[in-house]
Amino acid sequence: MISANLSAIFYLVSGVLFILALRGLSSPETSRQGNLFGILGMIIAITVTFLSTGNFSTGFIFVIIFILAGGSIGAFIAYRIPMTAMPELVAGFHSLVGLAAVFVAISAFLNPEAFNLGTPGNIKLGSLIEMSIGAAVGAITFSGSVIAFLKLQGIMSGSPITFKGQHPLNAIILISIVVLIYLLCSTQSSNLFWILLAVSFLIGFLLIIPIGGADMPVVISMLNSYSGWAAAGIGFTLENTALIITGALVGSSGAILSYIMCKGMNRSFFNVILGGFGATEDTSSSSTKEQRPVKSGNADDAAFLMKNASSVIIVPGYGMAVAQAQHALREMVDTLKKNDIKVSYAIHPVAGRMPGHMNVLLAEANVPYDEVFELEEINNDFANADVAFVIGANDVTNPVAKTDPQSPIFGMPVLDVEKCKSVLFVKRSLSPGYAGIDNDLFYKENTLMLFADAKKMTEDITKNL
Amino acid sequence: MEIDPLIFRLSIFILSIFVGYYVVWSVTPSLHTPLMSVTNAISSVIIVGAIIAGLSGNSDSIFNTSSIFGFLAIALAAINIFGGFLVTQRMLAMYKKKKKDKK
Repeated sequence: MISANLSAIFYLVSGVLFILALRGLSSPETSRQGNLFGILGMIIAITVTFLSTGNFSTGFIFVIIFILAGGSIGAFIAYRIPMTAMPELVAGFHSLVGLAAVFVAISAFLNPEAFNLGTPGNIKLGSLIEMSIGAAVGAITFSGSVIAFLKLQGIMSGSPITFKGQHPLNAIILISIVVLIYLLCSTQSSNLFWILLAVSFLIGFLLIIPIGGADMPVVISMLNSYSGWAAAGIGFTLENTALIITGALVGSSGAILSYIMCKGMNRSFFNVILGGFGATEDTSSSSTKEQRPVKSGNADDAAFLMKNASSVIIVPGYGMAVAQAQHALREMVDTLKKNDIKVSYAIHPVAGRMPGHMNVLLAEANVPYDEVFELEEINNDFANADVAFVIGANDVTNPVAKTDPQSPIFGMPVLDVEKCKSVLFVKRSLSPGYAGIDNDLFYKENTLMLFADAKKMTEDITKNL
Repeated sequence: MEIDPLIFRLSIFILSIFVGYYVVWSVTPSLHTPLMSVTNAISSVIIVGAIIAGLSGNSDSIFNTSSIFGFLAIALAAINIFGGFLVTQRMLAMYKKKKKDKK
């Protein structure tokens, strides 16, 4: 058994190690070391907890058993999961953090003596407030992440689910959560605690269903942030520094990521959260749509264009992930490089279904990260490039965002693909993208549409090079 | 008059938000996915609360309602800790620089 002061210092150390873990991610070289810091911080935190309880009886053995059981499930998932499924995995993990926070809060509520928080029915007011906030946010994180997971996994339709009175209903529920927390703290009634949990689960579910598939980058980051705030709430209850520091880190990290994602779409956070985007625009755009000529080609034409180019910029999007085309793409690029063609990759901040999704897939396919560029770094290069190869992206290349103030995506930063001498657009059909609007790029003089599955088309091009 | 310890925790919390803010802005966008998976893993330090909850039962009855929730939370957090760190490690191992001889 170690003293409370000593364990507090160790918790602080593990909090600092977690900061270093995030700091390491500033560059790929330092990131691996950063991850080790994170693991070390976790080992310290767990060990100190064991030492400070000083309880090595039968209960301890069960704790170890549960850690190993959960750990082996986690390890199994981590090794088996394909990189394309990373958004689902992260959403799933968020739901577990949320649920764990709820369980810890329930446990503390039922047995506050174990945490030095008072006695059942007479819990310290401050702790009860912290606990109920932690539990409510945890429950929202859980049910919201489950919905995000189902949408990303395709079990649930990715299109927004909206109904009349949705926003007023959500507002009422959110207000009722605040009221419930207030009543719970003044009465200490356990019934109110269970109602609070139930209502929080419900609102998490209702908040995410109206948000469409391509807005998932914002949703995942937001839930990431929530899971942090839930952890911090529990950290205050348990008076645990490691948990408070981590909660604050994760909370602000998720908030920054959602901000970056919203900016990448030029939409306000509230616009995304209120949802329904892409569902309402459909009708107006389809009625005004006229048949315009498109040039379509085959793998042979594409290969010819690229063979005669001196520089090619690749624009990957979610479609590449769906078709699992990243390896085929890398093989194509290798062939191009053998012919002394300069190739780089341009990544839009919201390409894919989570922040950095495309970068991971390209890294998986052994694309060196110094060939991959962000929007601001590469956007000026399109004017000097010979061929832009758009694979699975759509809205993020749409020049309408720069020209038509009426368009729902007006003002969104887009890749200046149309400035290239020629554009190759791999797509399965002419259907509009997520925003429900036509892409002007399809009809440009210098655009060649390649209607096919992304993976198959890339393989065919490689054969023809 | 003594200062409530809550104020100290609140100070740590607020300062950590600022630390988080600056640290996360310095994360390179290409590593945003590993950032999410590692924040997932570290937020599972909530396991310390779960362990205290799990060990709250007395020696005669290890399992009571409260400790069962604790044990469940331990398992959930452990999935996240192992899964989160390992999948991050797996992703980070894939980020490679251009080989110089290939130029």
